[in-house]
Amino acid sequence: MKKWIVPFTALLSVAAMAPFASAQTAIKPAVIYSTGGKFDKSFNEGVSTGVEKFKKETSSAVAEFEPANETQFEQAQRRFAQRGQDPIIAVGFSQAVALAKVAKEFPNLHFTIIDSVVDLPNVQSIVFKEQEGSFLVGMLAAMASQSGKVGFVGGMDIPLVRRFQCGFEQGIKYANPKAELISNMTGTTPAAWNDPGRGAELAKGQFDRGVDVVYAAAGSTGIGILQAAKDRGKLGIGVDSNQDYLHPGTMLTSMLKRVDLAAYRSFKAADDGSWKGGTQVLGLKEGGVDWALDEYNEKLITADMKTKVEAAKADIIAGKINVHDYMSNNTCKY
Amino acid sequence: MMDEVLSIAFLMSAATLRVATPLILCAMGGLFSERSGIIDVGLEGKMLMAAFFAAATASATGSAWAGVGAGVIAAEALALLHGFACITHRGNQVVSGVALNILAAGLTVVLGNAWFKQGGLTPPLTANERLMPLAFPNAGDSILVYVALLSVPFTWWLVGRTRFGLRLRAVGELPLAVDAAGISVAGLRYRAVLLCGLLAGLAGAYIAIAQNAGFTRDMTAGQGFIALAALIFGKWRPFSAFGACLMFGLLDAIAIRLQGLKVPGIGEVPVQLFQALPYLLTMFLLAGFIGRAVAPKAIGVPYTKEH
Repeated sequence: MKKWIVPFTALLSVAAMAPFASAQTAIKPAVIYSTGGKFDKSFNEGVSTGVEKFKKETSSAVAEFEPANETQFEQAQRRFAQRGQDPIIAVGFSQAVALAKVAKEFPNLHFTIIDSVVDLPNVQSIVFKEQEGSFLVGMLAAMASQSGKVGFVGGMDIPLVRRFQCGFEQGIKYANPKAELISNMTGTTPAAWNDPGRGAELAKGQFDRGVDVVYAAAGSTGIGILQAAKDRGKLGIGVDSNQDYLHPGTMLTSMLKRVDLAAYRSFKAADDGSWKGGTQVLGLKEGGVDWALDEYNEKLITADMKTKVEAAKADIIAGKINVHDYMSNNTCKY
Repeated sequence: MMDEVLSIAFLMSAATLRVATPLILCAMGGLFSERSGIIDVGLEGKMLMAAFFAAATASATGSAWAGVGAGVIAAEALALLHGFACITHRGNQVVSGVALNILAAGLTVVLGNAWFKQGGLTPPLTANERLMPLAFPNAGDSILVYVALLSVPFTWWLVGRTRFGLRLRAVGELPLAVDAAGISVAGLRYRAVLLCGLLAGLAGAYIAIAQNAGFTRDMTAGQGFIALAALIFGKWRPFSAFGACLMFGLLDAIAIRLQGLKVPGIGEVPVQLFQALPYLLTMFLLAGFIGRAVAPKAIGVPYTKEH
């Protein structure tokens, strides 16, 4: 290589950098979805909704990545960090281990993790009180059930999903102490978030045992569960996103977990410079969880049901009802 | 009490059949291919491709039967590709099969993304676009479940009782003899591979438009390999392989029913145990009960005509 090339290329690269330097004010956000896939009509799609909203409002580009399996998490996080994407949202509890490593390597970048806590100054951890929202849909399930038997199908068998289940169970018993809950988990690996066939089979097994309302807390697997409910003329309850529109008439409600808000707010805060690390816990009070009522399920929710659920909601917010959190002691005794 | 036992037995057998249907179709397909001497590791890929094209076509045309047709055609295309690599060009059959699986896993998602823009999913199918449970017999099963059941005696008859079947078996054991008798080895093997594609295509269509309502990424979830295991388990014989498929289906149905059940004296048995049960039993049975599985002699060996 001739000697003059080195300073010349250096000059060139400085020239090339110049337009970027002048555009430093715009952020370069990125999001890494969980293994269920961006279009799972549930958890990841909720995040995607928030991201789309941010994109539209600020007309900034958001880099997105859908990992095919969990080994890609760390790789994807590091790749985005090396490219200088900031902030980076990691979606799902299973990214926590990888993020703890990567966030340490890039202390000047900002990271947000949804559904888990990573205790580092440059990480914003957003977790939800899923038990509170599940409590409310549990009440609705118990009130809508004719047979007194309610079903739960979870995705991967982890404490987080048990938290949904435990809150659901408490809501059922609160509305009808005699009602019975039949629970299944789809699997023990992340593949359990993406197996609608097995979800449908689990739901059918529950229907055969007398269940007439089923709560699907299983990401993409839920598509199969809610479809099975429709095929058998039973009621289904969606999760994370509002899934009522999937099967109008057989969708009792959805447990809303506002991951869309979480993603949107995190980007927005980074955009206006108010981004902060630390842990945020979003419950009913903070509007982080809720139950869904819209034109698709309003016929299934009687005025009586609505009154009772809204009363319980107010009581939870006021602290009069204490919904036990499974993850506080890894048991569901309340 | 008796009624309850009977009703549980009925529900369990219905669940077993639902789960076993794709396994049965796939195992019978694999049987044709492997008895003719062509190893088929690509059952999974054929099924996945068929599932995607069945769902995509059903969604686009609004007709479930068009979906089934497209699924079968897609699986046949892969079968022909496998045949072209393994029969015409005498390639390694395992490598070709694995390549087909990888191709199917990638291509379905890429095409799905390009056509429907939903991350590789097809739009959810409505009742008209699916094969719904038959009104008669009223067991909640779609017609493909009965097709799967009929495919077993049909395979047994075709392989065991016809001239075509005799030649098919001969070509898997001693292709030289078939060639010496003036019958085309390649022709027979191509026919076997096409029969395999037909059945694997039906299995894929069943998964996407009867069992589920649309395609999702990797939705076959390893069932092609389980069917292959059932085929070996059943020593490449139709009724034995059918039995093995039912056993896998039954174990799955039991695992689903027993989850979260409280056993007296022990308490709630961990989910993991029930999920491991099918695999544990498979190992147990393979080790002790079924004895040696003898493959067709010429399996995996490309036939080279000597001049």
